[in-house]
Amino acid sequence: MSLFDLFSDYTLRNVALGAMVLGIVSGILGCFAVLRRQGLLGDALSHAALPGIAIAYLLTGSKAPIVLLLGAGIAGWVGTLTINRIVRDTRISEDSALGIVLSVFFGVGILLLTYIAKRNDANQAGLDRFLFGQAATLVATDVLTMSILGGLALGCLVLLYKEFKLLAFDPAFAASLGFAPNRLGILLTSLIVVAIVIGLQTVGVVLMAAMLVGPAVAARQWTHRLSVMLLLSGVFGAAAGIAGTMLSLGQQHVPTGPMIILSLTAIVAISLLFAPARGLVWAKLRQSHALNHEPRNREAQPVKGE
Amino acid sequence: MSSTFAIILTGILVAAACASLGCFLILRRMAMLADAISHAILPGLVAGYFIAQGPSLLAGFFGAALAGLITVGLVELLKNTQRVGGESAIGIVFPAMFALGTFLVSKYYADVHLDADAVLYGNIEFVGFDHWYLGETDLGPQSLWIMGGLCLINFIFITVFYKELKLATFDAGLAATLGFSPILIHYGLMAVVSITTVGAFTAVGAILVVALMIVPAATAYLLTDRLPWMIGLAIGAGAIAAVLGFGLAFMLNGSVAGAIATITGVEFGLALLFSPKQGLVARARRLARQRIQFAADTLLVHLLQHEGSPEAANESTISHLQSELQWNNKFAQRVLDLAQRRSLVRCQGQQLELTTSGRERSQQVLQLGRA
Repeated sequence: MSLFDLFSDYTLRNVALGAMVLGIVSGILGCFAVLRRQGLLGDALSHAALPGIAIAYLLTGSKAPIVLLLGAGIAGWVGTLTINRIVRDTRISEDSALGIVLSVFFGVGILLLTYIAKRNDANQAGLDRFLFGQAATLVATDVLTMSILGGLALGCLVLLYKEFKLLAFDPAFAASLGFAPNRLGILLTSLIVVAIVIGLQTVGVVLMAAMLVGPAVAARQWTHRLSVMLLLSGVFGAAAGIAGTMLSLGQQHVPTGPMIILSLTAIVAISLLFAPARGLVWAKLRQSHALNHEPRNREAQPVKGE
Repeated sequence: MSSTFAIILTGILVAAACASLGCFLILRRMAMLADAISHAILPGLVAGYFIAQGPSLLAGFFGAALAGLITVGLVELLKNTQRVGGESAIGIVFPAMFALGTFLVSKYYADVHLDADAVLYGNIEFVGFDHWYLGETDLGPQSLWIMGGLCLINFIFITVFYKELKLATFDAGLAATLGFSPILIHYGLMAVVSITTVGAFTAVGAILVVALMIVPAATAYLLTDRLPWMIGLAIGAGAIAAVLGFGLAFMLNGSVAGAIATITGVEFGLALLFSPKQGLVARARRLARQRIQFAADTLLVHLLQHEGSPEAANESTISHLQSELQWNNKFAQRVLDLAQRRSLVRCQGQQLELTTSGRERSQQVLQLGRA
């Protein structure tokens, strides 16, 4: 497998392009989720999207990606509102609310998918590929759909960049300036739902969480500026997508989704350890250096908070 | 023992084992950590399979429990670096573990009975088939024994460490000062959660384990303020979901695990709407009642202000209220009803006047406002 194959082989090109688009979109949108400390929202919403796929199929009988993904998007959105409602109106914590929506929606999805599977309906085969994703089945129209959806989401982000930035760093200030943080938050989450919808076919419900969190955490290590973080995060996501594709395709029995996630994990680990300013290795070295050489100055150094 | 009965009984035992632990997870805000563990034990299962050279219950158990603890440890480690938030740490660790597990399964065990779907939504439908035998005697279905054992372990754990768990949950600082180690309690609880997850998910899959740990406990949390009641209600809600879920799955000819999770969701929805204290309906009614009460107090103060003054006759007509206080007809009527029912206000034709107790009440309100 070489980079050249990636551009000459039709299947390979589609898979790599799809994984790349997913990496860019989820990497960029994931930054906001991570900064707002909602890293697991994506996990909950990707599970919540599953019943939408089943219901869309039951209602229309169509397996066209756009129909199923629309269903997934609506279900994910209902999940968002449910989580919001539970957190706002009860004493149940956000963490529990995520768990509730995740497991119940997913349970409903599994119930419906198994119900569909046992109806002796020959047309249904393949609905379960959304569970684990099957990047290898991506065709050109899928990639086009993903690109358009992702482009729309990123376009929305560009238009509201200032507002979202404010929301991520200082929601109280945003509210005092007259923006509606609650509505902006829901809009931002809706964009994340779009990223999830894009990812379902490629990495599947379970691994989607990492696609949103991983690139952002890695990118955060290298910079203190949001704009740079967004770009880096998109690049890391895309790199993981392409690396995962190359590691998996052409070999038997190696699924693409998990390889993308494992590549991403490697990027995260390297960034956590070796990034110039925030890398853990350097921090450790600095610490022991300070202990060995400047014992008297140690207390004079200001504590640097993150 | 009929296989239907075995399935339902297994479901009830899983529900009891999970829901009792779930109460502590909900209160300690660790619901998603349980979700992470349930996914992350997959590589542990594979490692157990690899070491034992085949499906071995014990090896799988140890491997998975170890993987669960490794997950918890890694999440703590990442959090302690100060580079990653707690929820992002979870979001990185468990997909990595699950991806590793899926990779190992599909690469090396593509043809054996260890597929990832089964891990996600289990095969409770088949619990009747695997029986344990002691010599020639049929001891009954294997999962029944496993889940029964786990229930027992969990109940013993909760009973023996009840005081410590309660203290570490509600006041970790105090627990530490008194000499209980919150960290020990944390890892102890996580160890029990891990083995429960492993034991349960061969029967019902990872998702149902999470559903049964979190949802019935959250339902119970909406219904009561007392921990013992919460545990009892959670187990009850889980058991009912197990029974009704089996029925639903039978009707739809679908996954039992999915159906049980669905019913836990329905139970939670009902509690969310109709819980006497916490429910949305009760809240809405309380709010409406408070609005009327507040308006009635406003009315009393309004009447007191103008009492005995020349414009009193004009100010205290019913129609004037509507324009001055901007109440619509219906709302004004409800406020008046309340005030009259409590004999705070008398109605003389169109004129309203304060009763003695109404005057006292309105003076009270004014004082409260000043204080």
